[in-house]
Amino acid sequence: MTAVLLTVFAPLAGALVLALLRSSYWAGWLNVAVAGLSLTASAWLARLVALDGEIAGLSFRVDAFNVYLVVLTAFVGLTTSIFSRPYMAHVRETQRTGAGGLRVYHAMYQAFMFTMLLALTTDNLGVLWVAVEGATLSTVLLVSLYRTPEAVEAAWKYFILCGVGIALALFGTVLTYFAALHVLDDPEAGLTWSVLYGHASDLEPAVMGIAFVFLLVGYGTKIGLVPMHQWLPDAHSEGPTPMSAVLSGLLLNVALYAVIRFKMLTDGSLAATTTPQLAGYMLMAFGMLSFLVAGLFLHRQRDVKRMFSYSSIEHMGLMTFAFGLGGPLATFGALLHMLVHSLTKSAIFVTVGHATHIAGTQDIDHIRGLIRTQPAVGWSLLIGVVAIAGFPPFGVFTSEFLLLTATMDAQPWFTIALLSGLAVAFAGLFRHLQPMVFGAAPEGQGPVTANMLPVMTHLALVLWLGLAIPPFLARWLDRATELIAGGHLL
Amino acid sequence: MTLAELPLLQQLLLVLAALVLFTSFVLLEQARLVSAIHAFAWQGALIAAITVIVATGGGAKHLYFSALLTFMLKVLLIPWMLHRQVQRLDLERHTQALRRPALVIMAAVALVVFSYWLALPMVAQELTFTRNIVAVSLAIVLIGLLMMVFRPQAVLQVLGFMSMENGLFLAAVSTTQGMPLLVELGVAFDVLVAMVLFGVFFLQIRDSIESLDVDRLNRLTETVENER
Repeated sequence: MTAVLLTVFAPLAGALVLALLRSSYWAGWLNVAVAGLSLTASAWLARLVALDGEIAGLSFRVDAFNVYLVVLTAFVGLTTSIFSRPYMAHVRETQRTGAGGLRVYHAMYQAFMFTMLLALTTDNLGVLWVAVEGATLSTVLLVSLYRTPEAVEAAWKYFILCGVGIALALFGTVLTYFAALHVLDDPEAGLTWSVLYGHASDLEPAVMGIAFVFLLVGYGTKIGLVPMHQWLPDAHSEGPTPMSAVLSGLLLNVALYAVIRFKMLTDGSLAATTTPQLAGYMLMAFGMLSFLVAGLFLHRQRDVKRMFSYSSIEHMGLMTFAFGLGGPLATFGALLHMLVHSLTKSAIFVTVGHATHIAGTQDIDHIRGLIRTQPAVGWSLLIGVVAIAGFPPFGVFTSEFLLLTATMDAQPWFTIALLSGLAVAFAGLFRHLQPMVFGAAPEGQGPVTANMLPVMTHLALVLWLGLAIPPFLARWLDRATELIAGGHLL
Repeated sequence: MTLAELPLLQQLLLVLAALVLFTSFVLLEQARLVSAIHAFAWQGALIAAITVIVATGGGAKHLYFSALLTFMLKVLLIPWMLHRQVQRLDLERHTQALRRPALVIMAAVALVVFSYWLALPMVAQELTFTRNIVAVSLAIVLIGLLMMVFRPQAVLQVLGFMSMENGLFLAAVSTTQGMPLLVELGVAFDVLVAMVLFGVFFLQIRDSIESLDVDRLNRLTETVENER
């Protein structure tokens, strides 16, 4: 239990201290230290869960499904904080924000980590909602940190759209609670996921069906599913780059996690009706639409961070589709894809952050010759994009291959859509990437101080996952698969 | 079971819920910002009253507390904060008529009908009372959404957002006797923080476009980007 509390509440304590700390030099280091503490605690937690199966108490509950997301969140939180220390110092030097802005940034960074970890570990669906809404609230000021008209507009859009979406999710939560009260004796337990899961087959199917529609649209806004994705490219492109990395790598995962938890309840409730697959079909429809639309939009982008945020929408669509497909193979693939996508995408955003500092702009047309100017940044970007596009031997290839196999097995016709979508996205990424990394550098473009350690670590992990998934991780994912899909893969 | 056969307490609740729906319509077509804030405060007061009635009708004891919380937050604090913001931004006399009122009101009516249709499956369980309440609260949520679409003014959008939250609270109180206390506190906290942030954004938006007509926040569309 101590491990859970330390993992979740260390960032909260960090946020409070950072809000009071005046020196932005020490704030950067403290940010790293708190993230490191949280990661250490989460590793300890993972060990406990591996030994005991699950840890529950104080309305927290950590099982095979969320423990790996907790470790992933804490890990990306740490590497991004390592990157953000010199990055934000550079932002300060270029006068894009002041000392006050940096204080807000560091405090909100840890507040965001707290809400993410709370959303993942809580067993109470109401607290889950509060935490996901808290994630919006803690990041919205960061999106508008640079105070340009574009940044303010992006932040307002993010605030309003996610606020509305999350309000619909609350309606779905209320309906779930309503269905639960007809089944359970203790009203206090009516939002406890584990209790509800035990009684899932008794929940009124008509109510749960409607509730799931609201929950999917609500949390789906946060996942960035088309057509509720409008906020995502804006918020990712206008905010500071470390923020884009954690939004893309973590927030979207957590929203998807919430949807999957509710899908497990809805599936149980609808099992005896004429449409047992209703939740799955809805996920497949939204997922496939997002996957295809985002792939096409990749081609039209002019802003490099915008482009990669469309790539995130595409991958989230793919995962949503896979979870909708159900079955052990697709679920295993989707879980693996969540992992490798987060690692790769946050590495790409970190690299893009350095690239925009080199070029002094986010405009794709003006980022040229990165390999000539600073080989470390150029090659990292190239390798990162190769990985995210799904080339072997990287982990994204493994998970996409599993997903394709599962689709071939269950819904063969969708394989065509998947393959063409992947090809379209690949073309979209590379037509923009090629001139950015190769080609001649503009005159006067020089290297910047860049700490490539986070990027290297992430990409090495993705490579490792592509070559050989370590047995302990495979067992972990398999247990999560068993929890979600009801069957083993290994 | 017809409505007249319901217990008196439930009939009273339905009347109050209908009044809340009415304030939603008032809010939707209010031209003056200050009047819209007042309409919102009335909506909050009605919901606090509903909460008290549910509590006296044998609901959980913590409902008294959440009634108090609603009253403080939705009737006093948030309207007061909005009022102060409006004063500070010199918008007290600002009026903004609803464009195409007939169309928007018809759309709102259609949303009410749609909400009843969506709540229809519950009739199978003879939940006449619940179905009505769920339908009314869903209608309030959707009208709030409609308001955010058709009122491109930051303060009015915030009011639409907050009235959506009112609809959700109404659903929670009247169908399930309120959510567990922990969750209600969390939601109230989120709403309060959201309100503070909205205040910050009013200033940021005004600094950036010198008005609060969010229609003019239009730099970040795909088409503009391509012309750049």
